[in-house]
Amino acid sequence: MPMQALTGTRLRERRLALGVRQAEIAEAAGISASYLNLIEHNRRRVRGDVLAALAAALGVPAAQLAEGAEGGLADDLRAAAAAVAGAGGAELAEVDRVEEFAGRFPGWAGVVVALHARMSSLERAVEALNDRMTHDPHLSESLHEVLSALSSVRSTAAILAETEEIEPEWRARFHRNMHEDSERMAAGAEALVAYLDGSEAAAEAGIAAPLEEMEAWLSGRGWALPELEDGRGETLGAEVGRLASGAARELAAGWLAQAAADAVVLPMADLAAALEGGLPDPLRLAARFAVGVEVVFRRLALMPGRAYGLVSCDGSGTLLFRRPTEGFPLPRFGAACPLWPLYAALGHPGRAVLAEVAVAGRRSRRFRVLAHAGLRHPEGFGGVELREAHMLVLPVDGGAAPTGPAGPLVVGSTCRICPKSGCPARREPSIVSLG
Amino acid sequence: MARVVLIEDEPNIAEAIRFLLVRDGCEVLALPDGLGGVAAIAAGRPDIVILDLMLPGVSGLDLLAAIRADAGLAAVPVLMLTAKGQGRDREAAERAGVSRFMTKPFANAEMLAAVRDLVGQGRERGHDQGHDQGQGGGRP
Repeated sequence: MPMQALTGTRLRERRLALGVRQAEIAEAAGISASYLNLIEHNRRRVRGDVLAALAAALGVPAAQLAEGAEGGLADDLRAAAAAVAGAGGAELAEVDRVEEFAGRFPGWAGVVVALHARMSSLERAVEALNDRMTHDPHLSESLHEVLSALSSVRSTAAILAETEEIEPEWRARFHRNMHEDSERMAAGAEALVAYLDGSEAAAEAGIAAPLEEMEAWLSGRGWALPELEDGRGETLGAEVGRLASGAARELAAGWLAQAAADAVVLPMADLAAALEGGLPDPLRLAARFAVGVEVVFRRLALMPGRAYGLVSCDGSGTLLFRRPTEGFPLPRFGAACPLWPLYAALGHPGRAVLAEVAVAGRRSRRFRVLAHAGLRHPEGFGGVELREAHMLVLPVDGGAAPTGPAGPLVVGSTCRICPKSGCPARREPSIVSLG
Repeated sequence: MARVVLIEDEPNIAEAIRFLLVRDGCEVLALPDGLGGVAAIAAGRPDIVILDLMLPGVSGLDLLAAIRADAGLAAVPVLMLTAKGQGRDREAAERAGVSRFMTKPFANAEMLAAVRDLVGQGRERGHDQGHDQGQGGGRP
């Protein structure tokens, strides 16, 4: 079953689930019943405004019906299916019908995804704890010290308690030994407690992915931080302080400090004014405001009412920041697609990388992707060199945009759930294939 | 009277064990580490070796392997002292031929019972071996 052209199928399934006739929905959406029939059988491509009207009539978000836009949910379902594959990697779920499932049972699909997310986070927690117990030399050393002292105290105390007619010299000696070892034991126990208290943060870091926690916080705010513009940044600091894990608090606090500094050199009002006639080239914007292009990228990602995606990574390719934009999936776990222009920029700091991008499996949506990487030398000459790359993802309105003769660069989110066939950059087999 | 060689780096534990065993009628040679190797152990002509798993310098496991590889000591029972949480080391010690484990902190009665038991077993085996040797060697 092809992954595209299913919007009609989903519309039909949704309508049948509601038990409503075609004529009723068509009338509510302002189209003819016969046109709706063609759409439902995927024989007519549905326009954006018609889709919005149909979605309203069916009481579902348009995004859920739109071609490709369900991808987020479908990708998560595929990842869930991959995680519980049977022996020999055999599929247990009907992965080829994932979109049908998501379309017909959005509630159940949500439950599956939520369970998978929970399972993943619990698995990470178990791994982190297991790792800590088996590989933590400090913990085992402290325990060994306490057990040794306890061992000595126990034997010595038993000798004193059970031996009749013990010589005074021996008695004095054992008393002294016990005193020594009880001191050692107290010190060892104290060290153990201090260690366990202090490592709580480390344990949390293994349990919750800090980046996800920060992302959830920003997403909850609609990716808007107006407080940065009028000097109320400290209220944001308080919000960050309420994040669950220490690692996420630290990450978000660092990010917030950067965002506040960005707001000073490039106030949102100035940026909005510059964007009145459309989005100028970010490099030109950077030159005009005398800031780095990464500052422009970060500010654009926080612009109210705009859905500009932004991804940043460090020199190892690890994602440091993710501001998703609809239709451009970002990996929840694991490494991202090596074809992302982000990585092309990472390899060539200072180069302005521009690409017209489509996402494998949903090629009707296009994105204009701008990537740039910079070098930092926080220790000066002779110190370490750090590089950081940023990729701005701009949705291109009006479906397929004109591209060069080579067509758009087709990328994925992460190999495991990417359907691109014959991809030269593939790292691991996909569990998804285009039918 | 059983001869015991005790290798334990914790002086106070070593002292307590030595006191216990001497009261029980053993002759105890206590070594603070395994640096003297099998030669130092053999010098005590032990009926049983009590060996701490975690020793400075030479590990208890290495020492155990050396004991089992030594012609004179191979048959001597080895009681290994361990702390909790050394599961993998315990498995390794089992493969290396340990006779019994004792987990710290142990009760004194447990220690005495284990030593008596192992010495008894070792003597039976040693007796059998001596008997065999006697036949094989054709002593008059």
